[in-house]
Amino acid sequence: MASFKPTKVQVLPKLGEKVTEDTLYWRNYKSPVQMKEFGAVKKIDFSPLPPHNYAVTASTRVHIYGPHSQEPIQSFTRFRDTAYCGTFRGDGKLLVTGSEEGLIRLFDVSGRVALRQFSGHSKAVRVTSFLSDGLRVVSGSDDMTCRVWDIPSGAELKTFTEHTDYVRALAPSKLNPDLFVTGSYDHTVKMFDMRSGSSLLTMQHGYPVECVLLYPSEALLVSTGGRYVKIWDLLKGGQELVSLKNHHKTVTCACLSTVDNKLLTGSLDRHIKVYNSSYKVVHDFDYDTSILSMAIAPHDEVIAVGMTNGVLSVRHRKHKKVNETLTSRRRRGPSYRVFVKGKNFVPRQDDFLVSKPVKEYLQKHDKQLKSFEVSKALDTALQIWGRTNKPEVTVAVIMEINRRGTLKNALAGRDEQSLSKILNFVLKHIFDPRFSQPMIMVGDIIVDLYKEVIPQSPSVERLLQRLMDVLGGETELQHELLQVLGILDTLFASLTPRKEVAALAAPPVDQGSQLQAA
Amino acid sequence: MVEKSDIRVVRCGGSKINLRPSVFSTDSRFVLCASGDSVKVYSTRTEECLHSLQGHTNQVTGITLNPANHLQVYSCSADGTVKLWDFIDGILIKTFIIGYPVFAICVSEKHEGIIFLQLSMATNSKSECLQLVAVHLPKSAEQEVEAKELSAVCSHISSNPSCTALGRGGEFIAFARHLQLNVYFFRKQKTYSFSLQATDKKGAKNAFTCVACHPTDDCIATGHEDGKIRLWRNFNQKKEYTYSTLHWHHNAVNTLCFTPEGTHLLSGGIESVLVQWKYGADNKKELLPRLGGAILHIAASSDGQLFCTSHSDNKLTVIESNFKVCGVIQGLVKGDDVLTDLMIDPRSKALVLNGRPGHLQFYSLLRDKHLYNLDIVQQEYIYEAGLDQFEVVKAVFDIKGSWLATVEERGRKSSDLEFFLKLWAYDEKTQSFVLNTTITAAHTDRIISMCFSSSEETTMLVTTAEDGQFKAWCQGADADTQQDQNFWSCDFVGSYHNLKPTNCSFSADSSLLAVSFQEVITIWSPETWEMLTTLCQPPGEIRDLCFGRLSCSKYLLSTTNRNLCCWNLLTCALEWSTSVEVSKLQPDPLSENVAAFSYQSKHTDLFVFKPSEPRPLFTHKNVCSEKVHRAVFVPQEEPLNNCDESSQWLNRSQLYFLTQNMDLLTFNQATEEDRMLSSSKRLVIDDSVAVTPFYLLLGKHRQQQQNLNTPSYTGADKPQQPQGSATIKELLHTPAHVLPAASVLCSMFVNSLLISKTGVREEMESSEQEMDSEKEEEDSEEEMEACDSQQELRAQGSVDEVTPKLSKAQEKELKRVRKTDFSWMTGLIDSKP
Repeated sequence: MASFKPTKVQVLPKLGEKVTEDTLYWRNYKSPVQMKEFGAVKKIDFSPLPPHNYAVTASTRVHIYGPHSQEPIQSFTRFRDTAYCGTFRGDGKLLVTGSEEGLIRLFDVSGRVALRQFSGHSKAVRVTSFLSDGLRVVSGSDDMTCRVWDIPSGAELKTFTEHTDYVRALAPSKLNPDLFVTGSYDHTVKMFDMRSGSSLLTMQHGYPVECVLLYPSEALLVSTGGRYVKIWDLLKGGQELVSLKNHHKTVTCACLSTVDNKLLTGSLDRHIKVYNSSYKVVHDFDYDTSILSMAIAPHDEVIAVGMTNGVLSVRHRKHKKVNETLTSRRRRGPSYRVFVKGKNFVPRQDDFLVSKPVKEYLQKHDKQLKSFEVSKALDTALQIWGRTNKPEVTVAVIMEINRRGTLKNALAGRDEQSLSKILNFVLKHIFDPRFSQPMIMVGDIIVDLYKEVIPQSPSVERLLQRLMDVLGGETELQHELLQVLGILDTLFASLTPRKEVAALAAPPVDQGSQLQAA
Repeated sequence: MVEKSDIRVVRCGGSKINLRPSVFSTDSRFVLCASGDSVKVYSTRTEECLHSLQGHTNQVTGITLNPANHLQVYSCSADGTVKLWDFIDGILIKTFIIGYPVFAICVSEKHEGIIFLQLSMATNSKSECLQLVAVHLPKSAEQEVEAKELSAVCSHISSNPSCTALGRGGEFIAFARHLQLNVYFFRKQKTYSFSLQATDKKGAKNAFTCVACHPTDDCIATGHEDGKIRLWRNFNQKKEYTYSTLHWHHNAVNTLCFTPEGTHLLSGGIESVLVQWKYGADNKKELLPRLGGAILHIAASSDGQLFCTSHSDNKLTVIESNFKVCGVIQGLVKGDDVLTDLMIDPRSKALVLNGRPGHLQFYSLLRDKHLYNLDIVQQEYIYEAGLDQFEVVKAVFDIKGSWLATVEERGRKSSDLEFFLKLWAYDEKTQSFVLNTTITAAHTDRIISMCFSSSEETTMLVTTAEDGQFKAWCQGADADTQQDQNFWSCDFVGSYHNLKPTNCSFSADSSLLAVSFQEVITIWSPETWEMLTTLCQPPGEIRDLCFGRLSCSKYLLSTTNRNLCCWNLLTCALEWSTSVEVSKLQPDPLSENVAAFSYQSKHTDLFVFKPSEPRPLFTHKNVCSEKVHRAVFVPQEEPLNNCDESSQWLNRSQLYFLTQNMDLLTFNQATEEDRMLSSSKRLVIDDSVAVTPFYLLLGKHRQQQQNLNTPSYTGADKPQQPQGSATIKELLHTPAHVLPAASVLCSMFVNSLLISKTGVREEMESSEQEMDSEKEEEDSEEEMEACDSQQELRAQGSVDEVTPKLSKAQEKELKRVRKTDFSWMTGLIDSKP
């Protein structure tokens, strides 16, 4: 007659963002290594030469760290005032810095003393960089000018005075040694040409510009400022391509990953967002404090982030170890040929076929449920949980036993070990909204059944105590959430226009259910 | 209003077939069972119904084979008659009028001419006061005989007929009641009684539930409330009786049955496991689990090869002696309550309602046959008394039948309610519904009602629940889970002042959605989810809500416990209202008509009306004495054309309804019923040909051919069959054992063939033509063509004077023709091209 119907394991969709390849890629970093600097970390720059050391400008120092070092391998400390914008040259041998007193210093990476000092700016030099021929230095200053300096002679080649406010962003072109882009607090982004001596393009960002960035193709320009990140098409004469508003505080820094040229932006709202090629946020890094600077190493090996509280946070990429032990551990079972033996026989035309009924295969816990051995089935289900760490099957079996009205029997008469296993399971999953209902039920029954004998076992008592604690915490959280819900309700009620009260009665409720789910 | 007498309430199909044990014919080719007020004969091979023995006017309460003639069967009924049938041909042979409602029947070979009946003699016919009565059947040739010779065997027997059994070929009769087993020996005229304690030490219940006697041995098997089976021996004296106990069942044993040789004992109970105990070796048993509903009765065929179990879900299972299920005869499962509405599957036009626990059943009303079960819950059903398990409580089809939404619920009695909303898509390939989406927490409280939008393009489901919200569900991407397009997700959540939404209904074109919140009807636009208006009802909670169809689609009907109101949605005003308590409002999907059942002063009346006018088209007082909560309009197979105003509403669809006693009734016209009867007569099976699906297929085909042939003859031609055919038919169709001697028949037969010459010839020809298949017609056509070509040839020959091989006669003809003038012909030929 009708065959036994196996337990149906419900696969519930997980709420939240979908896991994509991008997410997996960006999630594949080790937990951050944190280093304390003396002041807010204003600039991080990776050396283009392997092993890709990076210069960190913070307070009156510029430190150079090795890719895996926790301590600086080199430091430049001879600044009288705050140093700004330590930037490597394209060959990684020279480093240029600006400073609060208006001097620009040029260092040899291996040396200590400045090779050159360019003076001419009347106010703090916030941004400095090398032009791509490596023979000239460009700088932007709070005195609203940009200047270009000749390294061999140390002379000032040109001064651009088109900006009407502090110049706080600079990006030299890598393809043309005469081009560079500046961003200023006068809300504009300008592209200058050394040859013409004036700006070629002016783009209105609309907010004080904090950072500009050129794509490697130099067809696209990124400018950040205010809460906005704007992408400009330079080939179309500086037309705005897209404007992104994903941060809720000023976006302070942007950089491009070297693999696939993904855009990353960091902001004072403590987040780094990763965008895909269609400028949708695909990943989000969360940090402790507001982010001021960020840099990414070639091949996305390292992400270094500097924050306002002087903490430098460095994440290293995880690498799949070519695990030899794994391959050797694989069980050597019978070969494929053994299993398909006789199964791939093709009958001839006049053969008479006798079909054999397909043998139904039942899981172990289903077999036990079929023969009404509920206690054993529960044990088996818990073993599955122990093996795979997936609670779905175990919960399905618990629900099934409950449906049969024998959950009490299944939980009764257990020793300390098996009971603490169940309690561990309950503890782990009681806050998962998908499983909380059956878990609460199991907890109730256990307390009912064993309340007399609980004091005899310290380990079970400890587990129950923990359960009580976390439940208390959870109820408090729920309470607070309800309060938030109430606040939201009043907000929505006050926002809603008077005449559409009835039609818009739904959204607050919807919001509430989402919150509860969260 | 004038009550028309030609529209009647008829009981239709779907009656219980599990009320009493079924009976195998001696050759075990047929199995007979009592089904409502008829006895049905099923083939054990094909599970098709061969005959329905109709004649009783009330519930048939027992059937048993006539021990004197194994082709005849006795049936007793609550209408106070016992009828003797020839079940092979479906002929009523005799009727014995007892005069009291009969509740069970048993017979034995030893007692020839006597049947034992369980009657309730007392005037206040309480089921507790049943008597076992031996009835001597009078021998007379008449069709209807009154049986007057009644002699009581014993009184105060149990109302459960399985507590009475005749033992060892009728030497004694054993009957149990509560805790007492009585054995009455016919020869000694003496009763021995044995009683058990009310409860034993463990608190088990010892009451008897069933009794069976060994066919050859002195042994009585009794089943008990606590699941024990006791085998009693040595009961022919008061003192030295013994019994042994068998225990496997964990609940009451419903039925016991010995195999005809007495080698095995079969038992069954609520566990739905058939247990076979080896007689003599008490602990050897075989189990056949998961048969369906609880086992109520077991019957064994006389050769012991087949068993038949009756189940609580209105099913008979035919089981071979090696414990293999070889056939299932399924009736309409009605259970205790129909939780889902009665519905019509738009594709198969089958009636759909919840059947077996956790299943939806599809039932063909036309053929009175169960089509299939759709497993909704997809969980193992545990047969245990008092266990709260998932049941299908709501189901709804969309207008094309391509989507089905179901709600299953568990724990309605306890506080922790679990329910799932499931959406099923119709799969063309497998021709059945396939699970598409399961929604686990559709609402925070139970779902009260749901409906699909009626538009063809987009399907939308609206559910209302006790948590004060109604939700609209759409097929499409979900922002949260970002799943594929073809899953369902919530589109809109609506509420109105935190009131409980009770009903929802889409207008005919799906441009409006009406949701009733207790006393207020709200009208929403499903496009924008804007609330358009609210309609405030006269006081009382709204029970039913429906839009008018076709020309009346601007009207919205609502019922409360006191009023029936009709709103005009164009003016948003109350069009009309009447004070009548409507228990069920059912719109006809194919016409404007709406049927309303009203329950007043202990009987139900039916009103059929159009929403546009408050005057009913048709009224039927006193439809039945119970409340009607479920009703459905079933599309007619072919539309009738009644012009009569009162019966016009039956033209497009037929109204079926379900009373509280779970009787499925319908309205029928007398003429239509006759038509149905005649058509069913035509389908009567040819003699003993087993009805296989193949046979049905062939039969249908043959019918179609006949239909194809008949149009060429007018209706008047039809009776022009050979005159003898009636006689011949009678000859061939009467069973051989009823026919007179062959010598008598011979002359009759020959006479029937002797008819005046000319008449015969013509008629033979005509009949031949009638029997002709189309192929022969084609042949004749070919012949005609051949003739034509010959004529042409001839004509051409005359012109060209080229004479191919011709016969002499033709040559002569030619010569004669040549002499005649053919100038006109040449002109004709020239003009031809």
